[in-house]
Amino acid sequence: MGVVIEQELGTVHGDEMILNIGPQHPSTHGVLRLKVHTDGEIVTKITPYIGYLHRCFEKHCENLTYEQATPYTDRCDYIGSMNNNFGYAVAVEQLMETKVPEKVEYMRVIVAEMNRIASHLLALGTFGLDVGAFTPFLYCFRDRERILDLFEMLCGARLLYNYIWIGGVSHDFPVGWVEKTYEFLDYFEPKINEYNDLLTYNKIFIERSADVGVIPVDVAISYGVTGPNLRGSGVRWDLRKDDPYGIYDRFEFDIPIGTGAMGSVGDCWDRYYVRVRELEECIKIIRQALDALPRDGDVHAALPKKIRPKAGHVYSRTESPRGDLGYYIASDGSDTPTRIKMRSPAFTALSCLNEISRGWMISDVIAILGSLDIVLGEIDR
Amino acid sequence: MVDYFLGTFSGITWLAASPNLSFVLAVTLAGLPIFLFMALNALIAVYAERKISAFMQDRLGPMGQGVGLHAGKWGVLQTAADAVKLITKEDIIPATADKKLFIIAPFILFTASFTAFAAFPFNEYLVAADFNIGLFYILAMGSVGVIGIILAGYSSNNKWSLYGAMRSAAQIVSYEIPAGLSVLSVVMLSGSLAFREIVAAQTGTTLAILPNWFILDNPFTFIAFWIFFVAGVAEVNRTPFDLPEAESELVAGWMTEYSGMRWSFFFLAEYANMFIVAGLASLLFLGGWLSPIPGYLEGNLWGIFWFISKVSFLIFVMMWFRWTFPRLRTDQLMRLCWKFFLPASFVTIIGVGFWDLFVR
Repeated sequence: MGVVIEQELGTVHGDEMILNIGPQHPSTHGVLRLKVHTDGEIVTKITPYIGYLHRCFEKHCENLTYEQATPYTDRCDYIGSMNNNFGYAVAVEQLMETKVPEKVEYMRVIVAEMNRIASHLLALGTFGLDVGAFTPFLYCFRDRERILDLFEMLCGARLLYNYIWIGGVSHDFPVGWVEKTYEFLDYFEPKINEYNDLLTYNKIFIERSADVGVIPVDVAISYGVTGPNLRGSGVRWDLRKDDPYGIYDRFEFDIPIGTGAMGSVGDCWDRYYVRVRELEECIKIIRQALDALPRDGDVHAALPKKIRPKAGHVYSRTESPRGDLGYYIASDGSDTPTRIKMRSPAFTALSCLNEISRGWMISDVIAILGSLDIVLGEIDR
Repeated sequence: MVDYFLGTFSGITWLAASPNLSFVLAVTLAGLPIFLFMALNALIAVYAERKISAFMQDRLGPMGQGVGLHAGKWGVLQTAADAVKLITKEDIIPATADKKLFIIAPFILFTASFTAFAAFPFNEYLVAADFNIGLFYILAMGSVGVIGIILAGYSSNNKWSLYGAMRSAAQIVSYEIPAGLSVLSVVMLSGSLAFREIVAAQTGTTLAILPNWFILDNPFTFIAFWIFFVAGVAEVNRTPFDLPEAESELVAGWMTEYSGMRWSFFFLAEYANMFIVAGLASLLFLGGWLSPIPGYLEGNLWGIFWFISKVSFLIFVMMWFRWTFPRLRTDQLMRLCWKFFLPASFVTIIGVGFWDLFVR
């Protein structure tokens, strides 16, 4: 699609430039390659190339027992591992038609919401980094570090927890953990204002993110965008409320949605701000769960040593920090699943990138990509 | 200093016999301290940047303990260790690069900031070459540097470098206009392009106790100072105007393909340019080497102290900017320049003119 310009002195051949962003690039949030067609700085077309982090998660699972697949789910969305474990455990339990103890339900909610805070902090920080603000990134990491310390205390791991197991969790909360979590919440709650002062209401940040990369509601729905990205577009859709799993129906919390406060509904700023607001909601849920947490009780349901769900299949979905995380599990009655399919929310978010970033500049594409908060581990699986 | 050395050499018979030799010698003797000063400036500024950014970000920054190249106590030797690393690093020229231009580009940029330093007065007498158009000369030399950036970006044969270079060229050329226009208001008030006279015009007091610096002279020069300073920050490509090297977008912009010693020349030039912008702002608007308390602690040595303090403060402000703000987008940057700064600087010129005519 070359452009030929006739001039007095001769003919100039104008052409689009193809720019490969990635796989090694500071802002692709992993190993993503974007083939960007540019006209000057204006982007005319984007083709994302994925698969650089493909580890055959689904195929691996077909050769493993149900319990053995749990650590593999950690490695999909490595920023929100607890939620991946949670989703998988819920799916298998649904297939087995078992209930887990009351205490486990509360523990799962607490760690999943803590993990959501950690994940959103990373999303906010890296989005700031993508638009050039370095300091908020380190502020977010400072607070995320405290959550990781708590998780380390809980299960020894800081990133890939393998904590939520089928029918329970791996360990009970250690002595003093609940108090430390309260302490963390008291420390963390005022820090949200700090992010707001530093980044959210910064004039330059608003200039960079408001009105940029708007996802209209119909586009979001037709591409299957979920989670904070969909809520940023003004759709009040959260599986924790709309299709409650675990014990989420017992808690009081709001679902923040994008209002177009700085630009139009569904722009980068809205998606960013939905995550900021969700931090507060997570704190609310954790406080309620900690208050109601039963002190005694087993942390495992009584399950047979080898898990053999009866033949059948199940599709179960949970709300991960990135959105609608679905597991389809088919069983033939043996101790290994015949098929596990994971529905990745980040994959659908990435798929609409071309649609929403055409006509914007390269800098905006980086910002839009940052605001979608993708994790390549989950997209490539 | 060149004139001083030439004067001294004319007294030495064997040197006076060959004017060419004595000129070269005088220029070298005057240039050497500048070179050392630039290196020292980069060394201290990089350390300061690391520490300041660390403190702003709730970190400690370099904290190496021990002696030698082990980064010293509180990491004071970190930059020295970095310098050694850069010197010993493999010098890579990409196979597809335009070799000649690739090699020459860092030197053009470095030479531009180096020669700008020549007209830079540290106090009334300490200046390498005393021009009567020193201000004009420094602004002109500042524009030469952009050629080095464009060459670096073009010759690297890398798309990121090209984007960085194009952005940089557009940015520097645009921001030179408001910077130059805001300087004009000072020139109008002092009636000179020589730093000695510009600073001399700022002696005394205003409003009874405040120093009679141009920033406090009238509301228009106050605005002009901010236009000049912000445009200066844009000219040295620092956040929030660091689009040419925007590491989250363009990897490292126009210096993507550079490494080792060649890259360190860019680095030296960047910190030298910061010093030049901060120095110009303090000479033109903040009274240069004059004491903030008029008539108190004046003198040649105090002059150097006050000048360096003012420059350091402004450099600190630039670092403060960098670690606080996000980055603008190219079109927003241009809009800010052409639709806001340019009209505002015209207003300051006209305003200063009327102020000079009717108020004073």
